[in-house]
Amino acid sequence: MAKVIKVENLSKAYQLGDFGTGTLSRDLERYWARLRGKEDPFLKIGETNDRTTLGTTDIVWSLKDINFEVKQGEALGIIGRNGAGKSTLLKVLSRVTSPTTGSVKVKGRIASLLEVGTGFHPELSGRENIYLNGAILGMRKAEIKRKFDEIVAFAGVERYIDTPVKRYSSGMYVRLAFAVAAHLESEILIVDEVLAVGDAEFQKKCLGKMGDISKGEGRTVLFVSHNMGAIKKLCGTGIFLNNGLISMAGDIDTIIDKYLHAETELKAIYHIPLPENRDEQIGYAYRLVIEDDQGNILPEIPVGRLWRIKVLFTLKKDIKHFIIALGITTDLDVNVRTCWSNARDMAAGSYEATFFENDLLLSSGSYNLVLGLSSYETTFQYLENVAKLNISDVPDINIDRSILRFKNAGLLLNPMTVQVSGIK
Amino acid sequence: MPEPEEHWDLEIKPTGSLFDLKLKDVWHYRDLLLLLVRRDFVSFYKQTMLGPIWFFVQPIITILVYTLVFSNLAGIKTDGIPGPVFYLAGTIMWNYFSECLTKTSTVFKDNAGMLGKVYFPRLIMPLSIIFSNLIRFGVQLILFIVLLAYYILAGKPIVPNVYLLLLPFLIILIAALGLGLGMIVSAVTTKYRDVSFVVSFGVPLLMYTTTVIYPLSEVVKKYSHYSWLIKFNPLTSIIETFRYGFLGKGSFSWELLLYTSAFTIIVLLIGIVVFNKVEKTFVDTV
Repeated sequence: MAKVIKVENLSKAYQLGDFGTGTLSRDLERYWARLRGKEDPFLKIGETNDRTTLGTTDIVWSLKDINFEVKQGEALGIIGRNGAGKSTLLKVLSRVTSPTTGSVKVKGRIASLLEVGTGFHPELSGRENIYLNGAILGMRKAEIKRKFDEIVAFAGVERYIDTPVKRYSSGMYVRLAFAVAAHLESEILIVDEVLAVGDAEFQKKCLGKMGDISKGEGRTVLFVSHNMGAIKKLCGTGIFLNNGLISMAGDIDTIIDKYLHAETELKAIYHIPLPENRDEQIGYAYRLVIEDDQGNILPEIPVGRLWRIKVLFTLKKDIKHFIIALGITTDLDVNVRTCWSNARDMAAGSYEATFFENDLLLSSGSYNLVLGLSSYETTFQYLENVAKLNISDVPDINIDRSILRFKNAGLLLNPMTVQVSGIK
Repeated sequence: MPEPEEHWDLEIKPTGSLFDLKLKDVWHYRDLLLLLVRRDFVSFYKQTMLGPIWFFVQPIITILVYTLVFSNLAGIKTDGIPGPVFYLAGTIMWNYFSECLTKTSTVFKDNAGMLGKVYFPRLIMPLSIIFSNLIRFGVQLILFIVLLAYYILAGKPIVPNVYLLLLPFLIILIAALGLGLGMIVSAVTTKYRDVSFVVSFGVPLLMYTTTVIYPLSEVVKKYSHYSWLIKFNPLTSIIETFRYGFLGKGSFSWELLLYTSAFTIIVLLIGIVVFNKVEKTFVDTV
């Protein structure tokens, strides 16, 4: 496939802090340096963009020496933490701002959707705004006219089309705005995190439309999102940005995996931070241990092996109807299951609760654990992401290999009895 | 085997040519220009009862006040022309200029939200200001012609002459001057907001340095030594030529008009250069 985007040594520096007194003198200094053919004194001292540590200068590199290529028809996902440079990259690609150094070469027209409803005028009707917004995105009037009915139908706002958009609900507003952008006929579509708004049904519709655009029509899509589920569904390849650098590029599943594990080491024993006001606390958990079914403490459970989780907790008072609960969710925030202990009257003291997984075989991956301590009346402690349960993709030696035959077969690997018989 | 030279439609680089206006791009986005002009026009009177009549109200009240204060109260001569039509001639020209200048000078700031999210040739924004104000100018010109016809029919000594054919040229001059100055100011204000304060109180004052509320002939008569100050305001020759063509009175000189044209071209060129320099990265500083 032909390359449609080629990014070479792309860097972008930003000045932090306030512009004000002193800006002029600094500008003059930079200008003077450039006149003499010297390097810009303020860019030289720039440093990588780590938002959490205090730097010594107020120039940061939002992007530093970025190189990558995108092929035609590819759907590229761009992921990274807040401030990793994702939006800056999209801004440079969509020509909203210029790079500091380096270049981007592009084949075909780029349409970017960095925000929904850019240029919508609240006083104008939906109809007028479709034309205006379409033109802002680079469509000709005839093109918009031709697609008008399709856009309105996609947005599902037929009834309000002649009402000023200031009277629209925010959902309708987003629907209309996305509909316009989705009907652009550009060869390359750039989409920033815009699907966070709108209801689930519409989000699904948007993703479907973007899938059609890349898979069905052979157009190229660049997509930024924090929703790993959406990225996984839509994109085939991805890049993972970290502090303005490309940390990894390639197959999207590997990238997402890398991103999700970027900061967590595999652990089997978790020391749960004690609550600050623990004198008032009725009860709290302080340790969580992950073991396999033989009692080996393992940071990664081989796929196909059963496991158990031990939680150590303290109760400060006697409690009636005490319940401890454990929830499991996937990295993509799908709830897998929630398990409760039977309600029991407990005396103050320290206890150990063990959750035995005796039946279900989870597929390989990383799962988040949620822990809750409660009674019938109140919840004393509720901890999201308290620990990670890692199921390794190296299978347990005793497992029946036939259940691992397929990748992405689903969350649960347990075999089902399947009977096939002829019909008389 | 060497890789064949690939063809790229677009290359995004840190700097581009200073004089490159990307007119091809602008042409591609011509529908956007029209729609923006329409938006400005329509949204101006949305949810008002009088609707487009508001375009007339402002100049009518202005010339009434001018006639009352400057002509009747202060007794400033108007070259023997009835006050209202004299002031309207100066006002519509001046208004067009000052609207173009003040609106263009805040174009980046006013539209930062939109410009920060989507690319289109930045020049479209100032151009749309020039054109939507041209429509207002046209509407006010109709008002002017109606008033003019009324005074001519009433037998006042007003004799339009062939110089009124210069009107299109005058409009281009005013638009180019407003655009050029506006672009310079807009480029500076993206980083240094101070300049926008100067513009907001300076432009209304600037009106008194040109012949909006008094004829050039009065200045020459009263302050002959300093009249060059007024003459060298590039707007003076534009307004005087306009009055001369439509009203038959006023001072007209090719030299001054030529001076204004040269001044305008220089300002416009400087405007283009600084605008081009700023438009690529203003999003980061505005």
